[in-house]
Amino acid sequence: MNALLVVLLTLVALAGTVTVLIREPARQAIAVGIFGLLLALTFFVLQAPDVALSEIVVGSVALPAMLFLAIAKVREQKADTDHEGQES
Amino acid sequence: MTRPRMIIGCLAVLVLVGGFAWGATGLHPFGTGHSRYGNHLAHSTVPQRAATNSVVVTAFDYRAFDTVGEEFILFISVVGVVVLLRAIRGDADDRPEDELVPEQRRISEASRWLGAALVGPLTVLAAYVVVHGQLTPGGGFQGGVILMAGLAAIFLGGEYLLLLRLRRSATVPQLADAGGAAGFVMIGFGGLIGTGVFLQNFLPNGSQGSLLSGGMIPLANISVGIEVAGALLMVLSELLDQRLLGSQ
Repeated sequence: MNALLVVLLTLVALAGTVTVLIREPARQAIAVGIFGLLLALTFFVLQAPDVALSEIVVGSVALPAMLFLAIAKVREQKADTDHEGQES
Repeated sequence: MTRPRMIIGCLAVLVLVGGFAWGATGLHPFGTGHSRYGNHLAHSTVPQRAATNSVVVTAFDYRAFDTVGEEFILFISVVGVVVLLRAIRGDADDRPEDELVPEQRRISEASRWLGAALVGPLTVLAAYVVVHGQLTPGGGFQGGVILMAGLAAIFLGGEYLLLLRLRRSATVPQLADAGGAAGFVMIGFGGLIGTGVFLQNFLPNGSQGSLLSGGMIPLANISVGIEVAGALLMVLSELLDQRLLGSQ
């Protein structure tokens, strides 16, 4: 195991822990994207470029995008119901 | 009340950790696992299929049936998401387009330009990754997601109306999703007709290193790429809500 791999594995563990510890969903979506990028780098260093490419596109493009849209939608609906509650 | 839960939870964690530890003792040392199967695959893809990326050859040829299964997992889950979201959405969408489009000032000039500048390069990159699947790392799944990201750049650039129209008509992503999924199965039937075995390679191998090498693998990659892009685009445009865009 070389030094680069040690650094990357440490960073992946750190990013995973940070992602779990952040409680705010929108920030969590960013953190999970960074986690995915670090994981992809680790796969690349371990000589698995195919898996690394999948991890980049899914972990740091598709997943955060879907999360952001879902979070925005939930917030919008929440704001709507709050608004209706005040009116009545 | 919490005590039985604690006990069951601790037991489950113990079994899980113990199982993992026991399983890990039988593995190769970290970073060395060269299995016999992997070695065999790495040495057989070029002579058998004239394709240099043994990962893609395994996924789209030797084990193509598994990939068809995976593809339909994605297909079914997207159908599920779309059915759920359409039921929730209701009739709020039936207002005229003029009301739905948010004011353009909400998007800065910089992000409009960035979105517009990204669409072209991302689409080209997606096409590159898809058609070079049998040569270099990449393939249909990765290229499909990149293609979706390219179309999502339209949304980043503030062209909501375009995506809204896409959802209202909904035919383009749906056709891509269904057509891509069907395309792979058609290739399978091609194998059935050509060789008598479902998903067996039935096309000439071509010359190693060229775009048309690997028999049916380029075709399979293209159909999967179209399917994945269509599927993700459907979810993306379903999640997109015009009210959500209008007020921030």
